Amino acid sequence: MSVLVYTESDQGKFKKGAFEVASYAKAVANQLGTTVTAVSINADDTSPLGNYGVDKVLSVSNSELGLFNAKIYADIIKQAAEKENTKIVIVSSSADSKYLAPLLAVGLEAGYASNVIELPSNTSPFTVKRNAFTNKAFEITQINTDIKIVGVSSNAFGLVESNGSASSEDFLPVIEPSNLKVESVDRTTDKVTIADADIVVSGGRGLKGPENWGLIEELANVLGAATACSKPVSDLGWRPHSEHVGQTGKPVASNLYIAIGISGAIQHLAGVNASKVKVVINTDAEAPFFKAADYGVVGDAFTVVPALIEKLKAFKAQQ
Amino acid sequence: MNILVCISHVPDTTSKINFTENDTKFDTNGVQFVINPNDEFGLTRAMWFKEKQGAKVTVANVGGSETEPTLRKALAIGADAAIRVNTQATDGFTVAKQLAKVITDGGFDLVIAGRESIDYNGGMVPGMIAGLTNANFINNCIGLEVDGNTAIATREIDGGKETVSLELPLVIGGQKGLVEESELRIPNMRGIMMARQKPLTVIAPLESNPETSSVKFEKPAPKGAVKLVSEDNLDELINLLHNEAKVI
Repeated sequence: MSVLVYTESDQGKFKKGAFEVASYAKAVANQLGTTVTAVSINADDTSPLGNYGVDKVLSVSNSELGLFNAKIYADIIKQAAEKENTKIVIVSSSADSKYLAPLLAVGLEAGYASNVIELPSNTSPFTVKRNAFTNKAFEITQINTDIKIVGVSSNAFGLVESNGSASSEDFLPVIEPSNLKVESVDRTTDKVTIADADIVVSGGRGLKGPENWGLIEELANVLGAATACSKPVSDLGWRPHSEHVGQTGKPVASNLYIAIGISGAIQHLAGVNASKVKVVINTDAEAPFFKAADYGVVGDAFTVVPALIEKLKAFKAQQ
Repeated sequence: MNILVCISHVPDTTSKINFTENDTKFDTNGVQFVINPNDEFGLTRAMWFKEKQGAKVTVANVGGSETEPTLRKALAIGADAAIRVNTQATDGFTVAKQLAKVITDGGFDLVIAGRESIDYNGGMVPGMIAGLTNANFINNCIGLEVDGNTAIATREIDGGKETVSLELPLVIGGQKGLVEESELRIPNMRGIMMARQKPLTVIAPLESNPETSSVKFEKPAPKGAVKLVSEDNLDELINLLHNEAKVI
């Protein structure tokens, strides 16, 4: 009857999102007076999960599962849920978790609520609050099925440390053969991804050309942030589409979003509005983004950003 | 190739979002509805398969008669036939079950849906129909080629992209990248005239108990005015981000 949480790892290390969903699962388990079981696939060391409230880890180690396969991974989590007689499964909002969750929902005949931003307001009926209308409204959703799946929105709940320890148990699920074959993976591994980032630094057409992107990257480096761009920038080919954030690009739900030279078209705002704090740097005081932002600097990116980088370096050195 | 494109009927991005009946229903008053943008990229890719590879393209939607103009628009863009399952789209799982029946009955081997609708943002219908029809599934799909029974699909992953090969039947959760924005088509007069003659079949829904139900909607609290910091006083910005917002 424990709460089951899928804790994602990459190259053997847990993603930050794994600790956030573990924290959320622990809080739900507290509401229900039960424990937390995590299922992890090919993580080198599962003990860090204990720091975020996980009591037991079902640990799968299988070299054939090196590359993500949504169908197989969903099936592993389904088998873990059945083994634990779980009624509540918690997943993150990473690309992979959003990919497998609907398959898991069908497998477990479970209702699934995605983009959930708070703890359940009630556990019977099971009621959660989620982002809807592209962050322009919240929907209060009730899950009616016996088994329930909750997808937690990134950075919505945060990390909650607890001083427990997690026992680890080898888990050997049945793995069905798949006819899906990964042909190539093209990924920058040395940079913080938009999905995992606390801070995102994003550039728009105001930067005038791809040759000026060093400014965005340097500011991101100082802050340990991911870099992103507006749609015109990716349409112009200055930056790859994978960095485009907005309604038709990647969603952003960071703690801090810094928009430089981005006017703030409604489609852009729709994709980044879930970020908690927004800072805008723009020469045009009438840019619509200032209405959606928390802090703003009216000024030229080419003078403001270098000055900000120097001041942030000094600030970081003091910390 | 027999393609089904799932079309969600959604409020245009610029719509004002309001609710009625004690905040339990979306207020459609004065709202313009469009083909869900993520679905439109998929529909345009399906047109390419029709023109280059002779595919037949059907569009389907779960909704009341008020959604028919959106289906007619998809026909005007070039789809061959349309199906409307005559029930309100109340939750993602129910929509997926209705569409799964359409897919099984129609013998579709490629199903293209958008990765999520821009209204409820559930992001679950494509994966659920794949699960329900036992088809392969690619989410966040940004590139798709089909040769015979084999597909090559590219999906966006955190920090990059991945290309896979797999067999039909296949369901795609598509997005921008399947085609570019500049390739999207505006229906011309001939298309609109022809769309009137194309079949739009209305079918009765399956009986189904909803797995999730929408209880109520809330609008975010009005946001305070932006705090402007002079470009000569960036220390103040750092101070605000550190001490007030606590994000650095």
